[in-house]
Amino acid sequence: MSEQAAEQYHPGLVGAQQAAAIERPAQARQVKYDPGFPVGWLIAPATAWLLVFLVLPLVGIIVFSFWESTGHGMAPALSGDAYAAYFLNEGFFDAEHRNYLTPSIFIKTLWSTFYYAAFITAMCVLVGYPIAYFLAAQVTAFKWQLALFLLAMVPFWTSYLIRAVAWLPMLGRRGMLNEFLLFLGVIDKPSQLFLYSELGYLTALVQLYVVLAVGPIFFSLAKIDNAIVEAARDMGATSFQIFREITLPLSLPGVAIGSIFVFVMVMGEFATAVVVYGGKATTVGTVILNYYAIANYPFAAVNALMLMVAMMIGVVVILRVVDIRKEL
Amino acid sequence: MARWTPERRKRALVKTGYSIYYALFLVFIYGPMIAMFVLSFQGKRGGTSLPLRGVSLHWYEQLLSGRGVGDLQGSLLRSLILAVIVMLITALFSTMLAMAFRKRFYGSTVLFYTVMSGLMVPGVLLSLGLATVMRQFGISPNWYTSALGVHVVWTLPFGFLVMMAVFNRFDSRLEEAARDMGADEWTVFKEVTLPLITPGIVAAGLFGFTLSYDEFARTTLLAGQYNTLPLDINASMTQRIRPTLFALGTASTVFSLLMISVFLVIYTLLTRRFR
Repeated sequence: MSEQAAEQYHPGLVGAQQAAAIERPAQARQVKYDPGFPVGWLIAPATAWLLVFLVLPLVGIIVFSFWESTGHGMAPALSGDAYAAYFLNEGFFDAEHRNYLTPSIFIKTLWSTFYYAAFITAMCVLVGYPIAYFLAAQVTAFKWQLALFLLAMVPFWTSYLIRAVAWLPMLGRRGMLNEFLLFLGVIDKPSQLFLYSELGYLTALVQLYVVLAVGPIFFSLAKIDNAIVEAARDMGATSFQIFREITLPLSLPGVAIGSIFVFVMVMGEFATAVVVYGGKATTVGTVILNYYAIANYPFAAVNALMLMVAMMIGVVVILRVVDIRKEL
Repeated sequence: MARWTPERRKRALVKTGYSIYYALFLVFIYGPMIAMFVLSFQGKRGGTSLPLRGVSLHWYEQLLSGRGVGDLQGSLLRSLILAVIVMLITALFSTMLAMAFRKRFYGSTVLFYTVMSGLMVPGVLLSLGLATVMRQFGISPNWYTSALGVHVVWTLPFGFLVMMAVFNRFDSRLEEAARDMGADEWTVFKEVTLPLITPGIVAAGLFGFTLSYDEFARTTLLAGQYNTLPLDINASMTQRIRPTLFALGTASTVFSLLMISVFLVIYTLLTRRFR
């Protein structure tokens, strides 16, 4: 106890005051010596801000999902109409044609959004992991590491909308990709395969979001103590063994954080589908905005809520595979 | 000179392989943007894809004369003002929060996860939630109120993580020494803490500025009457695509890159000075 008290105390003021500290419990001393600004004042503004602009909107979505739509707005109620419309109807123009065995168009949209997001996440990790590994393990000079890492991360600080627009000249029927393949002689006439196609859409999504995977994976790879790798090598481990037994397990938290990042972003995606896919894919984000536009707010809220639930399921699945709490 | 043992040769080969992959990766993430840059200088009669029919500034002129995209100068100005405000608030809040988190306090875990969930909640959800709540209360959304609000929710976690990392490596003994010499809390902060954490604050500001300047999803339903730049860009997507759009994209991206370099320069200068 006395040791603890001495540690807490001003090093210059041992002596009479430390004797006093020993008489009283150390706990009381710790509370009294509290340097720095009061915590309450430090957190108050940000907490208030988050309550208004983060918590309130989310609570609003939950509450409004039970309200009734009045055609041009909504009225307070405890109604399941919006939920019924979400789960039971076959489609927007198809209110009376009920078929309980086939999922509604909205559940199908949710599923396809989830499916796309999961696929894009996997692709981003696959494409991004070697990049992060190269930067963390192969580039040894710190200056180069920093420069190359920044170079790979710069797109994160530019507009993803503009980066989506930038795909247009690449993908078209007379786009650069076609011209290039024609030039190489791989194809003999322009392919329709690219613009407003699924392939083009998925490629663009990977390109837009892959940097979100590279960052976290790089940080967890860079944290690995090189001594462990050296020790394994000294004991005769092959490169593949080192990767499987040391590097990969230790980098999984970064993979998880990057995956959550990409997954959540693609789940909420709605603009890229319009820009590079000609609006051919409907995401939950599009549905939400459409129903907001026709002032059916409760129904938009139900869609938003279901999107949130699906996202949480995805995040929980990722966290089940990798426990990142140990890392944080 | 070391000799080329098989081991060394293999390692060099692996490294070369990775380097090639990295170069391809750069082509992948920058290629489309560079293509857009080139096409923004398309000649007067040229279209939205190759070949270039002459090189001109025609589409930039169109842009400046206001024939390209809506109210460009207005939306650019709004985006800039918004980004600066978001930058200042992000830097301030993340510094304050990270200072609070140097101690343990009641509810710190909840607050930590609340800040972090700003990263996790898709923009479209926040947009919808806040827009409907404001509608119900009869408040009309504005880019400098509602859009500002959700922008900070998005940028704060980044700034907060940066400042947490800064304080993780911070030597509290420096502050203790100042206190022992009789400095009050404001003096300690102004004379000791602030100069040491300024590079971190600049980095937090970089996240605030660039992420807000480019933000689209969170502004969708919350900008109110006047558009920000990303909203204008998105609106012009519904018209026929013309090289004006590429000129706008190029100008905006060049501006983003310029801002990043300004922040990086300030950051390096500061870290060099206080090392």
